[in-house]
Amino acid sequence: MYLSVPSNASALHLILTWDPALFAIVRLSLAVSLSATLLGALLGVPGGALLAFAQFRGREAVVVALNALMGLPPVVAGLAVFLALSRSGPFGKFGLLFTPQAMVIAQTVLVAPIIAALSRQTIEDLWREYGDELAAMDVGPLRRMLTLIREARFSLVTALLAGFGRASAEVGAILIVGGNIAGFTRTMTTAIALETSEGNLNFALGLGIVLMFIVAAISALAWGARRAHDRYA
Amino acid sequence: MTATLESPIRFEDVVVRSGGATILDGITLEIRQGPPTAVLGPNGSGKTTLLRAAMGLIALSRGRVIWGDPGAARAIVFQRPVMLRRSASANVRYALAAARVERRIRKRRVAELFKQTGLEGLEARPARRLSGGEQQRLALARALARDPSVLFLDEPGASLDPYAARAIEDVVSTMSGAGVKVVMATHDLGCARRLAGDVVFLHRGRLVETGPADEFFKCPATEEARKFLAGDLLD
Repeated sequence: MYLSVPSNASALHLILTWDPALFAIVRLSLAVSLSATLLGALLGVPGGALLAFAQFRGREAVVVALNALMGLPPVVAGLAVFLALSRSGPFGKFGLLFTPQAMVIAQTVLVAPIIAALSRQTIEDLWREYGDELAAMDVGPLRRMLTLIREARFSLVTALLAGFGRASAEVGAILIVGGNIAGFTRTMTTAIALETSEGNLNFALGLGIVLMFIVAAISALAWGARRAHDRYA
Repeated sequence: MTATLESPIRFEDVVVRSGGATILDGITLEIRQGPPTAVLGPNGSGKTTLLRAAMGLIALSRGRVIWGDPGAARAIVFQRPVMLRRSASANVRYALAAARVERRIRKRRVAELFKQTGLEGLEARPARRLSGGEQQRLALARALARDPSVLFLDEPGASLDPYAARAIEDVVSTMSGAGVKVVMATHDLGCARRLAGDVVFLHRGRLVETGPADEFFKCPATEEARKFLAGDLLD
């Protein structure tokens, strides 16, 4: 069997004509990854801030473990969520396996540690800088935390974008818990893997171009956040 | 109306050690209401640590600092104050909120503090974009937002040009005249001569000499103080 080499024009044609099948996949991918990033931020930013301030036995071990989780292999995260959501698992009764919600959970497991670890580092560094001033002003613990989160806002945007980048580019976790079901749980990364294996290279390339565009947009946003930080720092 | 320091601040055999070094070595001292107290001494003598100990910002290895009036409001301006990443006026509003000043009078207090510290017209500027002298005055405004009875200043004019340093001095002088007890660590002997009513002289973490500023500058009682005032290196 011979595969035809796809022309860029064909892939671009799918994008420029707003191909419904292609953009349904893009929409689902964005919805899943943005939801996971939002949940990851809700868990990771306060969690990282708490860890930055908290003093307890074994704190350093928690910090090392959290940093290690930044490199959690997606397939391992996917497997853990699969076991938790499978019919015999602790959350099997909710029937979430092979749904977009399961994909959001799996990506949140990947994203939250990244956001938490970067937030902890950023806020801990800021605490060294601001600690005496805030203590001298008698600022209470909750207000200190909120103040430092606000002071770290531009760096935290970068952390969120790093989390979103990880979510939107991963394939292993959502393939395991989503099942790559056409029109329901098929995302850009899982579709690229499938379409490539089936020889539908124009479609795969079209999705690849959109994915690259999204990654470039994330990079531009991170750069913009850095510029905004420098303007006020 | 500024509350004055009713009872003295007493240092009783205060020792601070850090990383194997003794930063303060058995300091026993009283700070009373009155004209500014200048804390003098060469680098590494423990001036900053003395102020931080008085503010309760560091753990003492031994001894204690007793505030005769535990409720006396206190504030400190650090040598390199850290500005929040927001406007100059928002920095002062933050300090007012932290001091639990009623929301309805904060706007008026911000205007008063900006006038007091000569920062009028800079309210909307990002605080970190201000010059060194302006940031120092903003830090002073933030400290005064607490309406302190005691104001600690750590090298208030260091790294500022003479005009900026003089502007800080003027504010400090006014505050002292209004009844705020000012305690300032400084290398600037000219500033200490102009402002101080009494002097605390430290060397290698020990209290070497304390007394009225006039006497200290005219006729220091110790060899270390004589050398320090003459600009000689101390052992």
